[in-house]
Amino acid sequence: MTIADLAFYAFALVVVAAGLMVTISRNPVHSVLWLILAFISSAGLFVLLGAELVAMLLVIVYVGAVAVLFLFVVMMLDVDFAELKGEMAKYLPMALLIGVILLMQFGLALGAWVQAEGAPGLRRAVAPDPAQVENTRALGLLIYDTYVYLFQAAGLILLVAMIGAIVLTLRHRKDVKRQNVLAQMWRDPAKAMELRDVKPGQGL
Amino acid sequence: MTPADLNTLLPEIVLALFAMSALIFGVYTGKDAVARSLVWATVAVFVLLALWIATTGTGARQAFGGLFQDDPFARFAKVTILLSAAAVLAMSQDYMARRDLLRFEYPVLITLSVVGMMMMVSAGDLMALYMGLELQSLALYVMAALRRGSVKSTEAGLKYFVLGALSSGLLLYGASLTYGFAGTTLFSGILSQLGEGVPLGLLFGLVFMLAGLAFKVSAAPFHMWTPDVYEGSPTPVTAFFATAPKVAAMALLARLAHDAFGAIPGDWGQVVAALAVASMALGAIAAIGQRDIKRLMAYSSIAHMGYALMGLAAGTAQGVQAMLVYMAIYVTMNVGTFAFILSMTRDGRPVTTIDALNQYARREPLRALAMLVLLFSLAGVPPMVGFFGKFTVLKAAVDGGLVWLAVAGAVASVVGAFYYLRIVYFMYFGKEASALDREMSPVQWVMLMGSAAIMVLGVVNLFGIEPAAALAAETLVR
Repeated sequence: MTIADLAFYAFALVVVAAGLMVTISRNPVHSVLWLILAFISSAGLFVLLGAELVAMLLVIVYVGAVAVLFLFVVMMLDVDFAELKGEMAKYLPMALLIGVILLMQFGLALGAWVQAEGAPGLRRAVAPDPAQVENTRALGLLIYDTYVYLFQAAGLILLVAMIGAIVLTLRHRKDVKRQNVLAQMWRDPAKAMELRDVKPGQGL
Repeated sequence: MTPADLNTLLPEIVLALFAMSALIFGVYTGKDAVARSLVWATVAVFVLLALWIATTGTGARQAFGGLFQDDPFARFAKVTILLSAAAVLAMSQDYMARRDLLRFEYPVLITLSVVGMMMMVSAGDLMALYMGLELQSLALYVMAALRRGSVKSTEAGLKYFVLGALSSGLLLYGASLTYGFAGTTLFSGILSQLGEGVPLGLLFGLVFMLAGLAFKVSAAPFHMWTPDVYEGSPTPVTAFFATAPKVAAMALLARLAHDAFGAIPGDWGQVVAALAVASMALGAIAAIGQRDIKRLMAYSSIAHMGYALMGLAAGTAQGVQAMLVYMAIYVTMNVGTFAFILSMTRDGRPVTTIDALNQYARREPLRALAMLVLLFSLAGVPPMVGFFGKFTVLKAAVDGGLVWLAVAGAVASVVGAFYYLRIVYFMYFGKEASALDREMSPVQWVMLMGSAAIMVLGVVNLFGIEPAAALAAETLVR
């Protein structure tokens, strides 16, 4: 067993264990922390595969941004997860039965798995030869050239998601007073206040 | 990527750019105050694009290495989608403005969902299919919940979103199994890998994808979201749901079946036939108990999807042609019917119970007559165009060797006629009830009368859509 093999088993084991802990841990904040561990371990797996860019992306985007966002959302939301889980327990037996049956069916399909004769060739034909092109460049070629149509479409989908979030949640309240920074700065002390010299015992 | 690729994609690019500039324009100017003019601008853009696509497109072109297909089939579907979306948008403007729902994002969201539909009908790859589908669906989820102060509308949006996500999951799972078999996501690549005999894994993939798409066209047994979403959404949004997205999803289903799995028509044909017979039966029977006209239209649309699927199940070019003609007719009927439903108000508040139509004919004979024509057409009563739509799909099914399916369709049609005719009965012979308001916006009036006139005048030659549909079907079925 080489070092790479050992590293693979270590990372893979941690990913699976962390994934399991995400779903079963009672405290949602702990779940998010386990999720971060799962992300980092998968980044390790990507490094082993030779896909450094994807590994870095996973760390920067998912661990750095998405997971931290999750953490904040989970901490801010006042959701009683224990109660939700209690609700879920009612449906557990039925869900388990259906799940097991589905799993058996999929197993059946997987057991008799065949792929078309030309499939391995077609699979390789999409990406450039890894020996010739480093993977960042290869990924760039695919995303920004071959599949630019899909990339732009994904951008449109995100735009719709953004518009949707605003349409459904933003409300313009007219009854609250907002801070106007410019107006505050432009305010002239000479006009805004008046100094009076008040003599003792007289008042204004 | 070459300039030729972008040139093929030009209508979609124009529409996407229009949506983005409309959004920016709306944000930086009067916000909702410009909504009305944005709606009309969008309608104009839709109509112009439809004319452009209908008149300039020739032959079949591909872009981005087969990800995007521009052929007569896609163009037929796109013209239908654009025109129906324009009609729905035009007639919804008045309703939305009155109920304080006319926000400037509304036309923008419709435009973006239409871009998604155009991408769907042009998809030549599983990934392109999914991107188009998500773009369309996501905009629709938001529109379903547009009346955010209402519990029903919010429920409709949430329900649609959750079930839509589930169906996307099914679709993606099927797509991944198909990719696992074929080694490519291109439709042409999948077709080239299909040989003798279909392995179990591929069959799983095919069935999962069909199930995912059946959700989108609301074919039974994947229809359960339809009545609730139709009832809860604002009526103009319901009208939109019942028209353009149905055409897009049906065209996508046909494209997937023929472009990617054209070599094994028997395998998907039986699934589609089962969906068709279930939808027709359910649509005909479950609608009988409905008292809300929006729910009734939901079941009606389920039944109509069954008939359209029957054309597809035949697996022939004739079947696809029948399906396209049927969808065009269905959309026209629905535009007219929803124009009428949008005008149903009492004391300014929208009414959707069918009892409210009691004795309607005495007060508004012309509108009642137009509605009668449309309902007869929906039911498939002979002199109307709707009958010819049903006739062509039944004929395609018989010619395709699916006599049992055609018989089931005819029986379901007779059963389904009951609930359409009941509305007619209420309008002409019902008990006296408190009257509906008489006013109707001019656009809605024009749509109602125009659609009814088409249902009568179209019997001459169906306005010449049959040759166009035949050309479209030939490019798809090789």
